[in-house]
Amino acid sequence: MRDDLDASAPKDAVAAQLFPPWATLAARIALVSLVVLPLGLLGLLMTLQYTPYITGQSITPDQPVPFSHEHHVGGLGIECRYCHSSVETSRFAGLPPTHTCMTCHSQLWTNAAMLEPVRRSLAEGRPIRWRRVNELPDYAYFDHSVHVRNGVGCTSCHGPVDTMPLMRQAAPLTMGWCLDCHRNPAPHLRPESEIFAGHWAPPPGQEARGAELVRHYGIRTEHLADCSVCHR
Amino acid sequence: MSAAAPPSLPPQASYAEMVGLVADPVLERRPGRLWWIAFGVTLLLTLGFAACLAWLFIQGVGIWGVNTPVVWGFAIANFVWWLGIGHAGTLISALLLLTRQGWRASINRFAEAMTLFAATIAGLFPIMHLGRPYRFYWLLPYPNTMELWPQWRSALVWDFAAISTYIIFSILFWYWGLIPDLATMRDRAHSRLARRLYGIFALGWRGSARHWHRHDVLYRAMAALAVPLVVSVHSVVGMDFAASLMPGWQETIFPPYFVVGAMFSGFAMVLTLAVLLRWGLGLQEIITARHFDAMGKIVLAGSVAMGLSYLTEWFNAWYGGAWIERGHLRFLFTGDYAPLYFAMLVCNVLVPQLLWSGRLRRNLVVAFTVSIVVNIGMWLERILIIWNTLSHTHLPAMRHLFHPTFWDWATLGCSIGVFGCLFLCFARLLPAVAMHDLNKQLHGEKEARA
Repeated sequence: MRDDLDASAPKDAVAAQLFPPWATLAARIALVSLVVLPLGLLGLLMTLQYTPYITGQSITPDQPVPFSHEHHVGGLGIECRYCHSSVETSRFAGLPPTHTCMTCHSQLWTNAAMLEPVRRSLAEGRPIRWRRVNELPDYAYFDHSVHVRNGVGCTSCHGPVDTMPLMRQAAPLTMGWCLDCHRNPAPHLRPESEIFAGHWAPPPGQEARGAELVRHYGIRTEHLADCSVCHR
Repeated sequence: MSAAAPPSLPPQASYAEMVGLVADPVLERRPGRLWWIAFGVTLLLTLGFAACLAWLFIQGVGIWGVNTPVVWGFAIANFVWWLGIGHAGTLISALLLLTRQGWRASINRFAEAMTLFAATIAGLFPIMHLGRPYRFYWLLPYPNTMELWPQWRSALVWDFAAISTYIIFSILFWYWGLIPDLATMRDRAHSRLARRLYGIFALGWRGSARHWHRHDVLYRAMAALAVPLVVSVHSVVGMDFAASLMPGWQETIFPPYFVVGAMFSGFAMVLTLAVLLRWGLGLQEIITARHFDAMGKIVLAGSVAMGLSYLTEWFNAWYGGAWIERGHLRFLFTGDYAPLYFAMLVCNVLVPQLLWSGRLRRNLVVAFTVSIVVNIGMWLERILIIWNTLSHTHLPAMRHLFHPTFWDWATLGCSIGVFGCLFLCFARLLPAVAMHDLNKQLHGEKEARA
């Protein structure tokens, strides 16, 4: 139909048309995408920050020795503080020196190929270079001791470590995630006896118990979310 | 003033002649050697501006003279200055449209372009003065993993909202007014590429009665929106200062005083550009003595209002009785910056008084000189608002003067180059005068005579 028109129309009239017929569609698409594309791109950028690509949540880095928390904590029942001994007194929970490994492994699995780096570390007097799993930025001040001494248990941030064959980052570690608890700590607080429990879920009466624990530990909730608490 | 107003366009002019006067310099004539020289120089300055930005982002704000206590330096003064210049365009377009000042048709298009370029350059400066400029988007309230909102009490956040609204609005308003003229350019251009490019941006304008009706309705509605926006954006800039606790800033007069100052410097810049454009594009029949007369009156009114604002400031500092305010006042007139302060008063209040004389208002040399002097004065005013207050803080032991560095001057100078470069491109690529409005005005004047 259109071909007929083109053929019969005078040459000048065809040349007078600046744009081909599909230009209308192109213009409409362009107008719509002028709005949709920037908004979509912004939406994508906003979504991206919540994904593990940015937060690192549930990522399992390779380690020099495939140490299994599932086996040592869940299976054998070794307590957190046996290896992470400075958690109650220091900002850092502490990574165990090779001697701690050797309390058992000088007797057990002494020739296991998997433990080669551990024996070398002891022989050379050089610590094993573990890769950090839970890393906070330098501008965020974090202190392990103040948390475990005031009712925040290990698994609240590190997840069910006793079920992890290899260590992974359990929480997103975003500022929003920190603030969730800092703005309302009561649902997460435990009595002193349950801090190092491998598995912990809030008991039925947590609401009343949490409020009581806030008083027990003397936590001043009104200042917990101040900027200078973490950014010093 | 509409019907009884003296005609602004030559009585014998024809509609086609008017369109030709505007469109031909772009479509028929090649740019002259002077244009190329000016373009080359401003392009170099634009590259210089990029270099200033790069060095700033590599080294940080320490390359400038800013330091405690003068933590705001050239960047904020340049920002207020450029944004002030960026005021007149939308004001001319919107306010003069709503008050039926038909003579605006000759100057509104390039004044709006000036607004657009100046406001865009202005918008860069607050970002440049941030310690971490790549985090500027934190001023936006958007969902984020930090679960933080911007600090609503911070003037920076108000600024960000006010400026971005103003820039987006100015672009839309300018473009909407351009559409019929782009169609005219499309129909007059010779090369197929030019016709297509103008055609794409003309959005299929055919000039039907329905097109014109809708165009006028939306244009007027936008003008009505623009007027409060013009007032609000510079009020917010004024509040950047007034919301603080500093002597010389914490004054209720600041928002209106800043709006008047912006109009004043903006109109002066329109006057400067009108003289240059009229000469460069040969628009003597379109921008006439009547326009310079009207713009001169507005600049004069601005100057009087500025003088009144200064007087009010001085009076209140004395009448308020606070020792720090009186000390500030003493520092203005006898402190280290006093010579600059007197120079500012001469530029902003004394020199524009020449414009009381109608003969001088219509004299291009006088108009041009006064407009340049006013803009120098207004830049001095902005830098002195910052210097005088911050150098003379509450703690006498902390008082220090500001010493500009090479990069302070380079950034200011190069930003003027960027403006020049953008404006030269505009003058070569787009119709510098709103042809359709111009002929509407011509029609009105012909009717009035008949």
